[in-house]
Amino acid sequence: MPTLRLSLALPAALLAGVLIHAQGTPPAAPLVLLTREGRRPIPTILQSGQELVALDDVATLFHVTIREDALAGGVTVGYRGRTVLASPDQPMASVNGRLVSLPAPAVRAGNRWLVPVEFLSRALAQIYDAPIELRKASRLVILGALRVPRVTVRIEAFGPPTRVAIDITPAAPGSTTHEESRVLIRIDADAIDATLPASGGGLVEQVRLGEQPTTLVLQLKGAGVVNVATTSTPTGARITLDIPAAGSQATPTLPAVPATPAEPLPQLTGPPAALQTLVLDPGHGGDDVGTRGAAGVLEKNVTLDVARRAKALIEARLGIRVILTREDDRRLGADERAAAANNSKADLFVSLHANAAFIPSVAGAEVFYVSLDADMEAARLAAESQSVALPALGGGTRSIDVIRWDMAQARHVESSAVLAQLLEEQLRQRVPLGPRPTQQAPQRVLVGVNMPAALVEMAYLTNQSQAKQAGSPEFQTDIAQVLYETVLRFRSYLEAQP
Amino acid sequence: MSRRAVVMAVAAAVIIVLAAWALTRGLERLMTAPEREAERTESAPVEPGAPVRHITATLFYGSDDGQWLVPAQREVPFGDTPVAQGRHIVQAQLEQPATTPLVGLVPPGSTLRNFYVTEQGDAFVDLGPEIVAEHPGGSAAELLTVYAIVNAVTANLPAITRVQILVDGKEVDSLAGHVDLRRPLQRNDALVRHTGTQ
Repeated sequence: MPTLRLSLALPAALLAGVLIHAQGTPPAAPLVLLTREGRRPIPTILQSGQELVALDDVATLFHVTIREDALAGGVTVGYRGRTVLASPDQPMASVNGRLVSLPAPAVRAGNRWLVPVEFLSRALAQIYDAPIELRKASRLVILGALRVPRVTVRIEAFGPPTRVAIDITPAAPGSTTHEESRVLIRIDADAIDATLPASGGGLVEQVRLGEQPTTLVLQLKGAGVVNVATTSTPTGARITLDIPAAGSQATPTLPAVPATPAEPLPQLTGPPAALQTLVLDPGHGGDDVGTRGAAGVLEKNVTLDVARRAKALIEARLGIRVILTREDDRRLGADERAAAANNSKADLFVSLHANAAFIPSVAGAEVFYVSLDADMEAARLAAESQSVALPALGGGTRSIDVIRWDMAQARHVESSAVLAQLLEEQLRQRVPLGPRPTQQAPQRVLVGVNMPAALVEMAYLTNQSQAKQAGSPEFQTDIAQVLYETVLRFRSYLEAQP
Repeated sequence: MSRRAVVMAVAAAVIIVLAAWALTRGLERLMTAPEREAERTESAPVEPGAPVRHITATLFYGSDDGQWLVPAQREVPFGDTPVAQGRHIVQAQLEQPATTPLVGLVPPGSTLRNFYVTEQGDAFVDLGPEIVAEHPGGSAAELLTVYAIVNAVTANLPAITRVQILVDGKEVDSLAGHVDLRRPLQRNDALVRHTGTQ
């Protein structure tokens, strides 16, 4: 009898386990679909650390059709004659025959299909009429072109006086209200994408999101004076709040002046910076001149000039080490470039290039990050499942990831997508953008790079006016600024990662 | 040494050199014969009066704004095997000029050296060195050139899902420093636009 009881109890327990597993848990904050019409929650669940959305909810929210594909063993999402096939076997979807990577495969739970939320921005967006952008950190899925600026808050000086800087990119009008020990900052936008300091400092107790989706709250350690100044920066707007020590006299509101953006002061304490070394890769070189532009402009020279300017700017302002894969005019293979980055244990890799088209009218900057083919995807999965424990100096072991050296980029594709997006945002502020601002492609130089990496095609040298521009110090300084701003933002992104 | 012995030695040396030459040339001919044979049959001029069979194939050209691949229906010679047909299609993609308003995506003068298919269904397109020497460079132009060829092969030969481009008989990193050609590439539909929908 006990045997029978056990034989019944065990499957029941397993079934319950499976059900709980299939259901998952709801995330701490709901994901919100932001459209011109307003906000609608997107129901999601967390399962093994992965946030999933049910395709029947996607069908309702995005007006797509869902069809189970018994033959292919997956599920097909259709929109106006275009289709995406998601498979339960592999963490990828096929968009009109082209593979896009997903962080996890589709899951069947009862009669529902669940897919990772990244499915919306990576797969559905490719067949949809309007842009779909997923900003996981701010719990947003943005459908259509809406104003959702990135808002980065930093405590620049603990003081007193304590100085807090709020950068809004792109610029959006902001207003502040000061009540007792609380400062409310309201930003006029459809939503905000906020990066906040993990803890307070100086006279600031805490910085948090307000109850309204476009507000921030600065909680002070006591009631006091707050001086507010708004300045414009090359890429957006900055609100600076100065909080003098309690009891000191209020100074008149600071005039909105500095023509050059105030730079964040170096932090004296805290954990090691998330971004310490950047590798800039000036494309081509030596007898490989790259694209030839009008008036004798050569791609190999433009890329090296821009890299030198960016190195000077970033090292001086951010204190980040910048390594150039080539310092002079010489030919370098793709593997040598990747090796220079990998061997220096850099945190970020940006390859600089200038573009060409078959007709002269095409113009504008474009950003590439690597696309995963089936081989790369396999390498990524293998890297996730295989790690080797090696004895460490002083006892214990440490885990070493194993990945094919020639496909090292496969495991960084998600953060490379973030990097590409930041580059596009910054380029948009300063130079014309090309027809496809961000693309995935099997870029040879990126494939072996073992860190977040992107390639920037700064301008089309086959376009006469762009070729002239590309050779000018103004344009090259603009691109150097783009790289500086991107590195600054990518560092914030890295710091916000768990 | 007698005069006779010297003559004998010289004659022997000449015979050895001639034999070696004949042997190497012969071997070379022997090695290359099937390929040449194949080339002859592929490109054999059609007898006068005999009907030339053609098929309608999809080739790829640049859109008038220079940014997309546009499929175009073109007549290409019929090939009785997938390899023969693939060869005709790539040759047509390299040689048939674009018609206005479309734009050519392959440098003029590009040649096909060889075309073959592995048991796994991967096609290898071996191009002459002109495609590298004459290419304008740039990621955008390179992507369009590479995928015009890859898509032309995969769109017309359903059994082939991947295409690897070789140059001058050898595996290459890329055509102009950007698109990774070390592995076979799949068809790319993201770059394709149909003229009617532009």
